[in-house]
Amino acid sequence: MNQQELQALRTLIAAHKRKDFLFGILGIFALMIGVLTFLSLFANMAIEGLGRIDADFLTSFPSRRAANAGILSAWVGSTLVMLVTAFAAVPIGVASGIYLEEYAPKNWMTDIIEINISNLAGVPSIIYGLLALGLFVYTFGLGQSILSAGLTLALLILPVVIVATREAIRSIPQIIREGAYACGATTWQVVRDHIVPYSSAGILTGIIIGMARAIGETAPIITIGALTFIAFLPPAPFAGDPPAGMFDWLFAPFTVMPIQMFNWTSRPEAAFATNAAAAGFILVLMTLAMNGLAIWLRYRLRKNINW
Amino acid sequence: MNDAANHESLPGLKAEARNLNFFYDKFHALKNINMPVYEKKVTALIGPSGCGKSTYLRCFNRMHDLYPGNRYEGAIEFHPDRTNLLSPKVDPIEVRMRISMVFQKPNPFPKSIFENVAYGLRVRGERTRSVIEDKVEMALRGAALWDEVKDRLKEQGANLSGGQQQRLCIARALASDPELMLFDEPTSALDPIATASIEELVSELKEKVTVLIVTHNMQQAARISDFTAYMYLGEMVEFGVTDQIFIKPQKKQTEDYITGRFG
Ligand SMILES: Nc1ncnc2c1ncn2[C@@H]1O[C@H](COP(=O)(O)OP(=O)(O)OP(=O)(O)O)[C@@H](O)[C@H]1O
Ligand SMILES: [Mg+2]
Repeated sequence: MNQQELQALRTLIAAHKRKDFLFGILGIFALMIGVLTFLSLFANMAIEGLGRIDADFLTSFPSRRAANAGILSAWVGSTLVMLVTAFAAVPIGVASGIYLEEYAPKNWMTDIIEINISNLAGVPSIIYGLLALGLFVYTFGLGQSILSAGLTLALLILPVVIVATREAIRSIPQIIREGAYACGATTWQVVRDHIVPYSSAGILTGIIIGMARAIGETAPIITIGALTFIAFLPPAPFAGDPPAGMFDWLFAPFTVMPIQMFNWTSRPEAAFATNAAAAGFILVLMTLAMNGLAIWLRYRLRKNINW
Repeated sequence: MNDAANHESLPGLKAEARNLNFFYDKFHALKNINMPVYEKKVTALIGPSGCGKSTYLRCFNRMHDLYPGNRYEGAIEFHPDRTNLLSPKVDPIEVRMRISMVFQKPNPFPKSIFENVAYGLRVRGERTRSVIEDKVEMALRGAALWDEVKDRLKEQGANLSGGQQQRLCIARALASDPELMLFDEPTSALDPIATASIEELVSELKEKVTVLIVTHNMQQAARISDFTAYMYLGEMVEFGVTDQIFIKPQKKQTEDYITGRFG
């Protein structure tokens, strides 16, 4: 290659590199739009609400006076609803995912079920609320309760859990399955000894991401009739007189964090807006904590798994 | 084939394929295969890529049952009880408990070295710790791995080198006292030194167990096997004592393949 050709080649590479650089800048810019928007919203909420957060705020019931109002019933409600959601969605979602991947014959029926599940993930959450109002609240007579709300949100995140389970299972190499079957394992043994342990990181991540979505849901919870103002807690098991039953709390009326926020933002007084910001800050913290947990679990559980 | 079968000093039969046909859906992958597998001997399957060696091997432990659309015809008779391994009435789990397999690529489970080897025993419901420990040690010794791993049994199997991983898989296949061991190109992912150690191991295994091994490597077949089968396009072209196959094959096709004129 002579000098001239070499020079031309270098000019060409330099031109290509400029495009490389340009796209890099563009990418960072695009990323910043998302990140900065979130950060500024979060910072705004923090500035407005942080001063309002103290022990009283967490341990007080809502009140007509903004300065006395707190989020006790809301965070307790959210926590209990999430508990029900997890207990319902996890076994059903994981079992469905495992069935579809490891047991189901690959035929048109399975294909249809598969398409339906992906579609379910895109159904607006208020539709789930309407369905749950008819099914859980009235038909099953569960009432406007924590149980109804938990089951509704469980339905909502079920597709997420199923899809996450399936993807986690699919990332297990076929040769590992064959190795286990070749040892004489039954499908159940393969699932119990290999599939579940090796996919648990992905499954857990999916569950937590689903829960993080569910904790912020408002529309379906309003639809089934959560209260917007509630000044008592669900009965703790065996407490009170006469003593409450073990599961009485499931049938108690309730409210949740986003509804409490919504309630406060619709008040005219500025002090309530501060309360809403404070509650919002705590809600975001709850969500971030859940996502953080997902990342940590994934790291912990994947450490020993490399193919 | 008849030469070998009529020979006086032939060892006992461990298995025999009779008119075996196999279909991947409509694709006829194995055509009317008849072949004996002699007890406590190494039988090598050779032939060009795509001729059906793996397909044939995987009939023995009913691996094809894992996927829909696969179909067997004919029989593989397993001795001494003469069970037809391919019969729909025979549970593939039972077959796989008697016949173990080592794969082309080492596939240790993402578990500890100990648990990898113990898995076959756990599947069989063995719970006694001391029994499991003894068998794991015996299998690891049998796979010439014990000295290298005895102080790190709790470590992940994946931490081992490729050759060690393959020996770990051999130990796993050995731990449950199989009657027949299947090897599908067990050294194709390994370097020459690791390959030599696996070859040595396979030659030693035949004291205890019957071995059926697929290999791409003609020298390997010549070195370690007692019998060799040459396959081409899903057919069994020639089967015989290894020395005979390599020194004076009966079929021109076999000769061409062995001398490297083809394949
Ligand atoms: N799952 C499958 N579905 C359909 N056809 C298959 C499948 N697996 C293998 N085949 C076909 O069956 C034939 C035999 O394949 P097989 O894997 O047994 O060959 P092989 O002799 O082991 O080759 P190699 O030496 O490359 O491993 C090939 O034509 C292959 O394309
Ligand atoms: Mg093959």
